Amino acid sequence: MEVYRSEVLVCGGTGCTSPESVDLYKRLKSEIRKHNLNHEIEVLRTGCLGLCELGPVVIVYPEGVVYKKVKIDDIAELVESHFIHNKVLDRLEYKISEGEGKIRNLNKLDFFKKQLRIALRNCGIIDPENIDEYITLDGYKALEKVLTSMSPIEVIEDIKKSGLRGRGGGGFSTGMKWQFAAKQERDEKYIICNADEGDPGAFMDRSVLEGDPHSVLEAMTIGGYAIGSNKGFIYVRAEYPLAVERLDIAIKQSKEYGLLGENILGTGFNFDIELRLGAGAFVCGEETALMQSIEGKRGMPMPKPPFPAVSGLWGKPTIINNVETFANIVPIMLKGADWFKGIGTEKSSGTKVFALGGKITNTGLIEIPMGTTLRETIFEIGGGIPNAKAFKAVQTGGPSGGCISEKDLDTPIEYDTLTALGSMMGSGGMIVLDEDNCMVDVARFFLDFTKDESCGKCTPCRIGTKRLLEMLEKITKGNGEIEDIDKLEHLAMGIKKVALCGLGQTAPNPVLSTIRQFRDEYIAHVRDKKCPAKVCRSLVQYEILEDKCKGCGLCTRNCNVGAISGKLHEAHVIDQNVCLKCGMCIHICRFKAIVKK
Amino acid sequence: MKTIQDLEDIRKNNFNRVNQGLDRKSIRIVVGMATCGIAAGADEVFDAILDEVNKLGLSNVVVVKTGCIGVCRLEPIVEVIRPGEEKVTYVQMSPFKARRVVASHVLVGAVRDEYLMHVIRGKIINDYTLDND
Repeated sequence: MEVYRSEVLVCGGTGCTSPESVDLYKRLKSEIRKHNLNHEIEVLRTGCLGLCELGPVVIVYPEGVVYKKVKIDDIAELVESHFIHNKVLDRLEYKISEGEGKIRNLNKLDFFKKQLRIALRNCGIIDPENIDEYITLDGYKALEKVLTSMSPIEVIEDIKKSGLRGRGGGGFSTGMKWQFAAKQERDEKYIICNADEGDPGAFMDRSVLEGDPHSVLEAMTIGGYAIGSNKGFIYVRAEYPLAVERLDIAIKQSKEYGLLGENILGTGFNFDIELRLGAGAFVCGEETALMQSIEGKRGMPMPKPPFPAVSGLWGKPTIINNVETFANIVPIMLKGADWFKGIGTEKSSGTKVFALGGKITNTGLIEIPMGTTLRETIFEIGGGIPNAKAFKAVQTGGPSGGCISEKDLDTPIEYDTLTALGSMMGSGGMIVLDEDNCMVDVARFFLDFTKDESCGKCTPCRIGTKRLLEMLEKITKGNGEIEDIDKLEHLAMGIKKVALCGLGQTAPNPVLSTIRQFRDEYIAHVRDKKCPAKVCRSLVQYEILEDKCKGCGLCTRNCNVGAISGKLHEAHVIDQNVCLKCGMCIHICRFKAIVKK
Repeated sequence: MKTIQDLEDIRKNNFNRVNQGLDRKSIRIVVGMATCGIAAGADEVFDAILDEVNKLGLSNVVVVKTGCIGVCRLEPIVEVIRPGEEKVTYVQMSPFKARRVVASHVLVGAVRDEYLMHVIRGKIINDYTLDND
């Protein structure tokens, strides 16, 4: 194994004009070898680094010197100066300014500077398996304050005043919900934390549970006091073993300290929390199905009304809140409702945690104040679209949400604004799509998921999602007809109106929003039998460009089904009847002579 | 069973441990160990740091695991806070790199620049992908 003293990166992205950078890479390697430095210095060609204005770019590590606009004739001088004389080649050096170069502090990045971490306040700071660390950062102070100096009604008033709305996607006023349950005169009431987080690509709740479990326990106890409940359940999906483990530890430690269980802090208030694990059903994230699951029954939704706050688990008044909703309770009780109301917007106060994914430079978890625009989130915090591709749409709300296109990017992120655009806030998944994504295929992908997850109880969802998927598959395979688009819309709107629960009511959203925003893509699929983004295999052809093919035969040898033929040094040809469209030939061709049409 | 006074005592006694400010009295090393970190190999990084701290006989150092820091694709992440210094974040760590950080930064205050985040024009360069050629 070679141990190199230096790594040299040559950017090979299309922005750096690829043919030139291939030559740069080759020239660098040969210069290094000429000086017998090839066992000390490693030369690597990278994908697009996103520094297109400075390109062609060469970066030398470990120092991190960035050379810009490097030409092939500069290479000899660069190698001699930098590696033989150990001097940076001044005329080509990109001079860094404030906030660039080797960064010690994460908070200098736009990615973190623009965030406001409330629900995630302790994540990454404390040890989640050590209750003392949680306590030290004002942990259990809110519970102290609530149990010793506030009445349940005062707690509920505070939560109402703060404007906190359900972070699981429903966006219902948390304070109002608690009030409904508090008003019920029953012998038993329950608090449930919905930690099922079924949306593909969403991991906001998981991060809170893995990084700050006590925050949820404390909030649930406060909720129990407010509504008059002594028993809580955390329904967590079994696919989160680390979250389960950390919750388990947190509950044990909390009980040891008397912060959970009987006579908490000597105030006479009792509250216990039990963990219940899910078993892989997306529908159990729906509150009524979740309660059925806890009761030991099959996870199938029940009609509402009655609402859980009036009659829920075992027929008793039940409050179900999302993990992130609970994660906001303690800061509100400590810093006051007015403080929380002052963040975000008039109708949506506070912050929201988003899981940024898809075609975006800075993937990860972010928490931003409500009212931040989509444009700022995607292009400033998210760092824009990688590989110099064009933005196409952003999908919010997971399988229940919809796609938002370029024209609406200046919309501030709030519950009501996103719903008005045909999407929804959802639990916080935000998937960015670029020009290489096919919107029909995206709709098909989400329907594939929701159809599988349908519990089967009500006809519109059980049969409707299947039919929607069938039509979408027909279209992506090239067998669609122009009437199919109207049929899809008509069926989708029907399912929305009549399905029993949120799964069925929102499953058609991806279809409706993609048809609304990208109707021309659907038309191209059904009328012209073309996929503009070149994704749908049946509608795409792989072709060899005659003028670029050198006849080397590399593709022929690597084609698994023998679809390519041709004589040596002559342009080769792909047999469309045999071609599987696997993409191997495009991947392997050194002359970029094969394209998708 | 803890009383309110007990909780206050815990806060006082653990302040030095958790303090993120420049007035820290001890060194705190934090390793990102949510699912993202562990999937990237943070378990071995954590063990390596503990081992190196013991081998070098360092006292006045606290090594803890933490949750998701937010830049999951740069995990394993290690953060070091020394008394009087701002927190330093190291990314894409390995057991080898972690040991060097302990011996260099933790022991004598020499930050290992080559393991930091490299940012040019607002872009993080560290997670570059290799082009197949």
